[in-house]
Amino acid sequence: MNEPHNQTMTEFVYVTYISSTPQKVWDALTTPEFTRQYWARNIVSDWKPGSKWDMANIDGSNTISVTGEVLESRPPSRLVVSWVSPENVGNKSEYSRVTFEIEMFGDVVRLNVVHDQLKAGSEMARGISGGWPMVLCGLKSFLETGKAPSIMSIKSCSASAQAKVA
Amino acid sequence: MVADEDKVFKALADASRRQLLDRLRRKNGQTLGELCEGHDMSRQAVTKHLNLLEEANLVATTKRGREKLHFLNPIPINEIYMRWIGKFEQDRVQALHNLKQALQEKDQ
Repeated sequence: MNEPHNQTMTEFVYVTYISSTPQKVWDALTTPEFTRQYWARNIVSDWKPGSKWDMANIDGSNTISVTGEVLESRPPSRLVVSWVSPENVGNKSEYSRVTFEIEMFGDVVRLNVVHDQLKAGSEMARGISGGWPMVLCGLKSFLETGKAPSIMSIKSCSASAQAKVA
Repeated sequence: MVADEDKVFKALADASRRQLLDRLRRKNGQTLGELCEGHDMSRQAVTKHLNLLEEANLVATTKRGREKLHFLNPIPINEIYMRWIGKFEQDRVQALHNLKQALQEKDQ
């Protein structure tokens, strides 16, 4: 319990099966016009290895909430990015890593998401462990039905609506 | 294995399997050996439970060298949650949950 949490690392592995094609799953993960519909964020990059990528709010402020570098990019089957809060860009120890693997499994797509190199107990670890299940459910729903039941988008929509009123 | 809901509910309808998920929630990415420690289930029983959980997609595994690590995969539970609790009720359910927690803490 009293482990120094800055030295203990943790990781998360998520698997979801989607009735779709690898290319559509890849496009849904890497195109802001799609990510904004189920993630309520613009995910922006040219997705070339070494390029920067950004996760930006869609409330008009365009505030970056997560950023990083494209470490590996093999469309439509494998994408690896580093992941860090903008305020910690200069701090190597704050970087974590996300790996997306997209493959056919029978007649559906198996999407494997690994988020590792995370500090156990950190705010980022807590945030992403709540966030990924919602994002991946939203992605599945978006690809299978064209609609995304995203709690996050509703929250951020109502928050930005309130901000406009205020 | 594509998880259908029957498999998820069947996998969850067992206290030992829920306990294994609890252990993964506390510490994600454990080996079979680690998951066998500290309770009286046989290694075979734990293996069988883990296979059922993996078939229901509640546990995801990765290979690290010779070791197989087990991770809690909450995606199917989230899908059940989204289906019946839904986006509009979330805030109210969360408020009730917080109230219940606060009252229980007072009782202790």
